Order: sequence, then C-alpha cells, then structure tokens
Amino acid sequence: MTDEAYNFAYLDEQTKAMIRRAILKGIAVPGYQVPFASREMPMPYGWGTGGVQVTAACLVPEDRLKVIDQGADDTTNAVSIRKFFARTAGVATTERTVEATMIQTRHRIPEVPMKAGQILVFQVPIPEPLRFLEPREAETRKMHELEEYGLMHVKLYEDIARHGQIATSYAYPVKVEGRYVMDPSPIPKFDNPKLSCSPAIQLFGAGREQRIYALPPWTKVESLDFDDHPFKATKAAHDCDLCAAGDSYLDEVIIDDQGGRMFVCSDTDFCAGRRAKGHKGRLWAPEPEAAE
Amino acid sequence: MTVMERVVATDQPLLKVEGLTKRYGARIGCADVSFDLFPGEVLGIVGESGSGKSTLLSCLAGQQRPDLGRVAYEGRDVLAMGETERRRLSRTDWAYVHQNPRDGLRMGVSAGGNVGERLMAVGARHYGQIRGKAADWLGRVEIAVDRIDDRPSAFSGGMQQRLQIARNLVTQPRLVFMDEPTGGLDVSVQARLLDLLRGLVRDLGLSVIIVTHDLAVVRLLAHRLMVMKSGYVVEQGLTDQVLDDPQHAYTQLLVSSVLQV
Repeated sequence: MTDEAYNFAYLDEQTKAMIRRAILKGIAVPGYQVPFASREMPMPYGWGTGGVQVTAACLVPEDRLKVIDQGADDTTNAVSIRKFFARTAGVATTERTVEATMIQTRHRIPEVPMKAGQILVFQVPIPEPLRFLEPREAETRKMHELEEYGLMHVKLYEDIARHGQIATSYAYPVKVEGRYVMDPSPIPKFDNPKLSCSPAIQLFGAGREQRIYALPPWTKVESLDFDDHPFKATKAAHDCDLCAAGDSYLDEVIIDDQGGRMFVCSDTDFCAGRRAKGHKGRLWAPEPEAAE
Repeated sequence: MTVMERVVATDQPLLKVEGLTKRYGARIGCADVSFDLFPGEVLGIVGESGSGKSTLLSCLAGQQRPDLGRVAYEGRDVLAMGETERRRLSRTDWAYVHQNPRDGLRMGVSAGGNVGERLMAVGARHYGQIRGKAADWLGRVEIAVDRIDDRPSAFSGGMQQRLQIARNLVTQPRLVFMDEPTGGLDVSVQARLLDLLRGLVRDLGLSVIIVTHDLAVVRLLAHRLMVMKSGYVVEQGLTDQVLDDPQHAYTQLLVSSVLQV
C-alpha cells in the first residue's frame, strides 16, 4: 500500500521531470555525463542516492522492481531500497531477474541475459573515469570534449609495468560507440562484455557527483586495452560450491578459521534458480525439513 | 635525405611571428615582436626577469592569447585554429619543456609511463612497442633503463629534467619551446644537459625557441639571439655577433654583467 504522505516514488513531479530530461539527454549522447540537480534523499551518499533518483524518475505503477546489492537480493542496501519503493510507490517487487521490468543494481549485472523492455539502473560513486589521473574537473571535461584519452591508457600501462598484466579488476574503463570513455561503475570487469549490445536500457546515476549517463539498447561498448595485452573478463577459477555453475561470477567466502573457504555465485537469484533445477555444488546441503 | 639536408633544403620559415603584443591591463607583457624561425634553427631569447620572455613564449606556444599580431606555423594561422587542432599540434609537432620538471611531468606515473603518454595520446596501443620506445628514449637522455618503472619523484633534479626532455621528444616534434631548461640545476649537471640538448637538436634537426637569462646557455645552443627589455626586443642577430659586439646599451650591460671566473 502506498504511503499517501508521499508523491508516487517519493520525488515530486518537477524533480522527476528534471531527472527524465537528464536521462533523455544521456540516452541521446551515449556515455556522456549529464549534470543534474541531485536531491537529498532519505539515505546517506554512497547508499545509491543517484540510482534511487533515476529509478524514481523511471518507475511507473505497473513496474516490477528488483534491487541488487553486489549480486545479492537480501543484503541491507538491496532490502532497504526495495522496501523504500514498495512503500513510496506501491510497485510490485521481485527477486527474479526474468520477472523484473526495472532493476536497480549496485556493482553487478545479473547473470541471466537482459531482455528488451527492461531498465537496468546502476549506482555510481565516481562517474569520472579520468578523475584519479587528472584531478581538475574543468580539464577532464575538456579532455572528453576533445577526445584526449591517452591518459586512460597511461593508467593501464602503469598496471602492466607494475603487475605484469592489467590489474584493474573493477570499474574497468570502457569506450562507448567509439566516442566517450566511461566509468561502468564498480562492476567487476567480468561484467564488462554484458554492457555491450544489451537489449535493455542501462542508466547510471551518481547522486553525490550529480551526474547521469546512459547506454541505450544495442550500444557498442568496448573495454580499453593494448594490442598485446587484450582485455580479459576474469573470475575466480572455480565452480560455484552451491549450484556448480562454472560460468558465473563468484564471491569467495571464508567459512572457518582453518583456511577453509568456499566460492559461491554473487548473483543469488541465478544460484537459487539453478539449485531449484537440481544442480548441486560441492558444499550444497539442503536445509533439513522442519519436523512435523 | 638526412635530417640536416632536409633542414637546409627549405627557405620557408617554420614559424613566422608578426607584431605579437600581449598586455596585462595597462602594463605591457611583450610588444610588437616579429621574427622568423627556420627549420633546424635554435633561437635564444634573453633578458632580465620581467622583460617579457616567458609571456612571449607562452603566447607562441598557445597557452595565452596575444592581443595583437600573427603567428603562422608552416603557413597556418595558429591563432585562428580551433582548440582541437591547436592541442593536437601541441601533442605532435610541438613540445614544451618547463623550467620546473614537476610542471611538465606526471609525478605519480613511472618514468616509462611519462615517456609513453604522448605516444598513447596519438594512438599507440601496443604495450611492447611503447615500452621499447620509452626505454630507447631513456637511454638517449642518459637515464639507466632499469629506472624505467621508478617514479620521477625518486629522480634527482637533473634526471627529472632529462626525463621531461625525453617525454617531449618521443613523438619527434619539429618545434620545441624551452623555458629556462637549466634553471635550478648546478653547473656540472647543467653542462651535461646542455651537451645532451645540443646533440639532440643536431641529430633530430629540431627548431627550438629557448628562453633563458643565462648567456652561457644561449652561447652554446642558440644560432640566433633576441634580447628583450621591458617587453620590447631591443636587439637581435647571430648569437656570437650579439654577444661579442653588443650594440644596444642594455645588451652591453647584460654581457658585461656576466661574472668571469
């Protein structure tokens, strides 16, 4: 039931219109960071204030919302944002990727391929990929304007010089349609290939930095690399210990103080779906049936 | 054709400057400066502090916009160029060596990355080749190749300055602007740097505009000399001619002020 004290999806209509204008501009210029008048939200910066505003501006009453935090549906960030919209917008919620029409995500792209008609909203802490190389905002804007992206490769060069390979493993910079270099938010580089040519709309919101950017469906997104050190989407070299999936992104979990560890899918919905179909991993033990 | 033959074969100036004037409000930065710079030529600009040398250099290099005058590079009007084109020029055909290497280097990036940056900026995408070229250039400026992954902050002042030169010359520019490249270095390090610069200028056929207050530097490096005072050029000519037979009172003062050891 919607809380009548709030406008639909918390934000007032003027604010949502302003955010939608920024989103439309972002869609029209893929990868370009559009400034917007980010509002105070009833949650701290770093909890997804940018993503929440984008979600609020795109939600309609018929939507079915899924919220992901590092792949999981049941962690604090995901639960609180899901409850926030269930209360202020009264929309249906789900944990199933295939059922959702709108997915707000913190740092993962679901393992199940996105479909046309879905909107994926990313939470972005620092939207400027050049920030740690060039601290001046005026200068980074100029660099985007003039396509001066040599500096981005200097970062990758330093990685190889120091570690023998490109050690950047998340927030791996990408080039959008051969034009703008973009920070894909801190998703693991394992997810980078999924950004490219996705049938879904992908929106990025940075609340504290007041920027929105977007990838319309079927946008070509390339990860930056060197000819002799090509981009590789990496993951832990294991299978999931619960569902035995060999092709999903894994979290490493320490399970005792004897050095014991397990690897589990970071996408909880994907993992549960596989277990429901009868896949069993190395450490999977079904919960004992409740005694009658 | 060797570099020198190509240099000698042309009678078109590389850089043509006419009536360049820059004012700071009512004060004059530099006024009515005109000269031609030919390929392979080294032009020295000397004068005391505040005489407008640095203003002139930054106007020429496109860092400041002059109020009046014309600057043509290979017949193209630099001041009428769009910013995109001018910045491309300053990444490829031009180079700028700052007095303080900290202004011209990225201190948080390794020596190899510093040298490779200009290559990557013009589209080099092969790590092995970039690194090979960086190592080659470090060798040319007499920095041991095993320092390639060290940051410039771990280098001495003279090494930093040599690294800055390598970083600028790696894309084989044709015109190099230098602002007091030997400033702040002790004399023996200065001598090595000058020796190195002289070799590089000759081997690569570079055109150089070098601003300094050190007459010994221009004596060694410059073919021609311009003497500035209060924003105006008071005397210009061949270096030896100006230094050995100064005509203007200020130049005479300047030359006679040099301490003899």
